[in-house]
Amino acid sequence: MTDRQAAAGAALRALGRCELLSLRALAVSVRALAAAGALSLLPLGAAGPVRAAARGLRRAADRERALLAPWTGTALPAPEPLPGTAAGLGTAAFRRELAWAWLGPWTAGALAAVPPSLVLYGVFGTLVQPFLWRRLGPGNWYAFVPVDSAGLAAAAALLGAGFVAAGLWLAGPVLVRYGVWTGRLLGGPGTDRLERRIGQLTDSRTQALDLQAAELRRIERDLHDGVQARLVALGLTLDRADRLVDSDPAAARRLLGEVRATSERALQELRDLVHGVLPPVLADRGLPDAVRSLALDCVLEVEVDAALPGRLPAPVEAAAYFAVAELLANAAKHSGGSRVRVELRCADGRLLAVVADDGRGGADPACGSGLAGVRRRLAAFDGALALHSPPGGPTTATLELPCASSSPKTSSSSATA
Amino acid sequence: MRVVLAEDLFLLRDGLSRTLAEHGFEVAAAVDNGPELLRALRSLHPDVAVVDIRLPPTHTDEGLQAALAVRRERPGLPVLVLSQYVEQLYAQELLADGRGAVGYLLKDRVTRTAQFVDAVRTVASGGTVMDPQVIARLMARSTARGSTAELSPRELEVLRLMAEGRSNAAIMAELHVGESAVAKHTAAIFAKLRIDNTPDANRRVLAVLAYLRR
Repeated sequence: MTDRQAAAGAALRALGRCELLSLRALAVSVRALAAAGALSLLPLGAAGPVRAAARGLRRAADRERALLAPWTGTALPAPEPLPGTAAGLGTAAFRRELAWAWLGPWTAGALAAVPPSLVLYGVFGTLVQPFLWRRLGPGNWYAFVPVDSAGLAAAAALLGAGFVAAGLWLAGPVLVRYGVWTGRLLGGPGTDRLERRIGQLTDSRTQALDLQAAELRRIERDLHDGVQARLVALGLTLDRADRLVDSDPAAARRLLGEVRATSERALQELRDLVHGVLPPVLADRGLPDAVRSLALDCVLEVEVDAALPGRLPAPVEAAAYFAVAELLANAAKHSGGSRVRVELRCADGRLLAVVADDGRGGADPACGSGLAGVRRRLAAFDGALALHSPPGGPTTATLELPCASSSPKTSSSSATA
Repeated sequence: MRVVLAEDLFLLRDGLSRTLAEHGFEVAAAVDNGPELLRALRSLHPDVAVVDIRLPPTHTDEGLQAALAVRRERPGLPVLVLSQYVEQLYAQELLADGRGAVGYLLKDRVTRTAQFVDAVRTVASGGTVMDPQVIARLMARSTARGSTAELSPRELEVLRLMAEGRSNAAIMAELHVGESAVAKHTAAIFAKLRIDNTPDANRRVLAVLAYLRR
């Protein structure tokens, strides 16, 4: 019973919304006429009316956008702000709002008017026809029924009830269609959104390539100046030891000691380098254990709570790892707190990592800290970093990365730090 | 003493086999991948296993997983793990059962043959050997956290050497103190870390564990 009541309520609500939207369409077409009139004045040099019309159109479109999401389920992004000059009104957004104002009322608006009209006509057939036919006599038609007898009046009443039912039943689907069509008119064929998206992607790709090039340069320099140089030195020392081994065995042994020390330093440098490229524990175990191992090395008490379905794509793991590492390092260096909680979750194809400390807050990514770097890294993946750090604390950093779990291999569930 | 060796690089496997043989070990098997390591450990019952963490076929932590799996079946099986890098998480996992007879060393350490062979012997006889790098990082962390406040600097030093797997005699030599001083320090460490003297637990391992968990 309650289900049926709820369904009836929803149908009535949808019907009401159809009615309101179809009435709004009238107001919108008035705006369209005004805008057309104002535009026709433009050749005479009158820019003021055009600007006013554009503002009016924008207000109407904004109201439409605000209604569409909750009523029809079609969410539209906010358009760019209106330009200040009439010349700037050649923008795609204005042209589209104008097109919407002209086309919308007699397409989407007319569509929205169908269910309320059906219901009204149905009500007329059900409640009025049974009494009306006697007075009007022959020539009184209800839809396709010539109502001139009590029997046909009853048939008209039934038909009317059918129209009411059809109107109510149609209201929901019509609302959805209305949203889709208006969305297409007002949101454009998507070129605007696509252009903005392409701009974003171009930027983040450039950043990613720069980052990658810088990383390669760093690795090359580290290998060239570090390990490679040490190995050459090692060869030279071995050569000297070789020459001394007969004449001065003690000196040769000392040189061999140097060789050992040099080789150990070279190994250590290589290890650090490998760790900077891809931490082995991340490669071995995946993100949760890699973050646990970060936690073990952190001077703060770190609690790790990870619930990931399996291994994530390697680039996502690496990006998330280095971001969490940076955030933990920040917490240790600047927060003044003593405890950190790290949470890793996957929801709706997005990886969420929350790093929350109990410190004094006031972290600001604009202050040249590593946070800007983290943002840049995440941008390459379409990820985002949100920082909540009021003065006085505490600080919560939330990073979000699109991910799709790739391999079914589950991460191990070892103890927290 | 019979050793099972697992290392995927031929040169290193060969070198380790020779080194161990030269020092009186019998190399029962020298394998280059995880599944064969598991088979060898289960069928050959060695006295000690020397295992590279990263092994084929997955090239991840196959060796460590194999060692941990066999230690679950044969608790206390001595395992010395070698790796290109030290990872606190792996050190904790090795020590998690609290039984000792584990070691975790950087591969570099094998170039100091005498120390490496000592480490294998210590682990084979039930001792615990942690790489100085593991210990150094733990030290740095626990000093920063101020959690070792209860231990005196001297006791910390003794604990560090204990964690690295040194015997009392080695600690005496390293710190230039007498046997009674070392005994006094170890007793103080056990007391401060609240480790009771029970027959079936290795107190030195427990001390290292307690330290690792701080």
